[in-house]
Amino acid sequence: MAYSEKLIDHYENPRNVGSMDKNESSVGTGLVGAPACGDVMKLQIKVTPEGIIEDAKFKTFGCGSAIASSSLITEWVKGKSLDEAGSIKNSQIAEELALPPVKVHCSILAEDAIKAAISDYKTKNGAADVDAAE
Amino acid sequence: MNELKAKPIYLDYQATTPTDPRVVEAMLPYFTEKFGNPHSRNHSFGWEAEDAVEVARGQVAKIIGASAKEIIFTSGATESNNLALKGVMKFYGKKKPHLITVVTEHKCVLDSARHLEQEGYKVTYLGVKENGLIDLEELKAAITDETALVSVMGVNNEIGVIQPLKEIGEICRERKVFFHTDCAQAVGKIDLDVDDMKIDLMSISGHKIYGPKGVGALYVRRRPRVRVIAQITGGGQERGMRSGTLPTPLIVGLGKACDILSNEMAEENARIEKLRDYTLQRFRDRLEDIYVNGDEHERVCGNLNISFAYVEGESLLMDIKNIAVSSGSACTSASLEPSYVLRALGVDEELAHTSLRIGIGRYTTKEELDEAVDAICTAVERLREMSPLWEMAQEGIDIKSIEWAEH
Repeated sequence: MAYSEKLIDHYENPRNVGSMDKNESSVGTGLVGAPACGDVMKLQIKVTPEGIIEDAKFKTFGCGSAIASSSLITEWVKGKSLDEAGSIKNSQIAEELALPPVKVHCSILAEDAIKAAISDYKTKNGAADVDAAE
Repeated sequence: MNELKAKPIYLDYQATTPTDPRVVEAMLPYFTEKFGNPHSRNHSFGWEAEDAVEVARGQVAKIIGASAKEIIFTSGATESNNLALKGVMKFYGKKKPHLITVVTEHKCVLDSARHLEQEGYKVTYLGVKENGLIDLEELKAAITDETALVSVMGVNNEIGVIQPLKEIGEICRERKVFFHTDCAQAVGKIDLDVDDMKIDLMSISGHKIYGPKGVGALYVRRRPRVRVIAQITGGGQERGMRSGTLPTPLIVGLGKACDILSNEMAEENARIEKLRDYTLQRFRDRLEDIYVNGDEHERVCGNLNISFAYVEGESLLMDIKNIAVSSGSACTSASLEPSYVLRALGVDEELAHTSLRIGIGRYTTKEELDEAVDAICTAVERLREMSPLWEMAQEGIDIKSIEWAEH
């Protein structure tokens, strides 16, 4: 299968691989996918009291497209507000990496992962406070 | 990444093999000066081609302990399997409409069985044990008075396990049921003898044994006689079982490939087995959490099917572009289904996604394997650092204890 240069670059030099302490209140963690399906994505965000994502990390078990999709989304969400990050669409990821149709599910997983991380952060910090801060 | 393109290393000998230069040499005259139609009876061009075909028939027969008259040439093992299953069932099916085969067979056997089912025949698909072998008691129990044919492959293409052909042959002969075996992956790898193993039909492939692509054979027993309904009709060649002008050069090539194996097989397989054991040991020395799929002893020498836990197979392949191996994971469809063969063994789905098939063959060197092992291990280590499952395993979390949202 022919992959785009951007995809291969993200696969070979993934950005923001790593983990943060999931017990810290400023950290939101999203874990999506399933090992049996061949895709598991863990995406973590570190959020400032102002509601801005200051850092993002990922670990992914999955094909090259899944790794590249998670790497890309960690780059994109840094510096964004939770609302902005939550509005990233999988189609934007698929377009940026030129994912072949059979790999579009990888971008969906990345979208699900950031949404799950944001929701985890909000749950931990009490959704009302976050809304007020925005 | 290295911009200079290093010579790729071929470790996919179960997919296909390069044609042995000695085979090519034997074939060449039959494209040009010896181009006759082997079915032309009136001139020397035809006789010359016919002689070459008959020599090849003998060479193919010899490697499986058959007589030349029992060999039918086909376009390959897929056609042979189609002819064996459909041909036998359609001849005997009125009285005996039942076929028994195995869930881990090659797709062309399973698909032929499905077509027969659609036409009203009854098919039993035997499961396999954890090591990939069938349970003989289950086979015995599945045979009924209506069973015409049992089809069990000699060697599995994905995991390389060797089915107990002799025992299966005994059971079938005792119950007066024909025994067909797809030996595309078995010829040249294990000793085969159709009489000793009581095999009635056997499929053979050219390109899996360093012969050309586009040619194969079907062994059809003469005593007691097995009848098949031809699937390709026409001029009535090959004793009416397979019409069409025989491709003399390809058949000469298949014969030569068998001839080489008859002389060199024992030595070749001993060398390959050493390389295989060496390779597995090197993997085990460097990596933890790797698992061999399929029985470690009842398997052909050139096959290593390994699950590298916590690393998805396709991403692993992407990291070792220079090494041609095959992955048991197929993350290319919406269903993301891993290999049906590995699943049939009861391999956990997450492990099935992490498997590679490494095929060692005639031209594989120790240096190539050293390079491949290093590259694969480096890739596995890199991808495990990136794997949330590996991280959980290191933290002592059982990934089975987590409720995953399957998608």
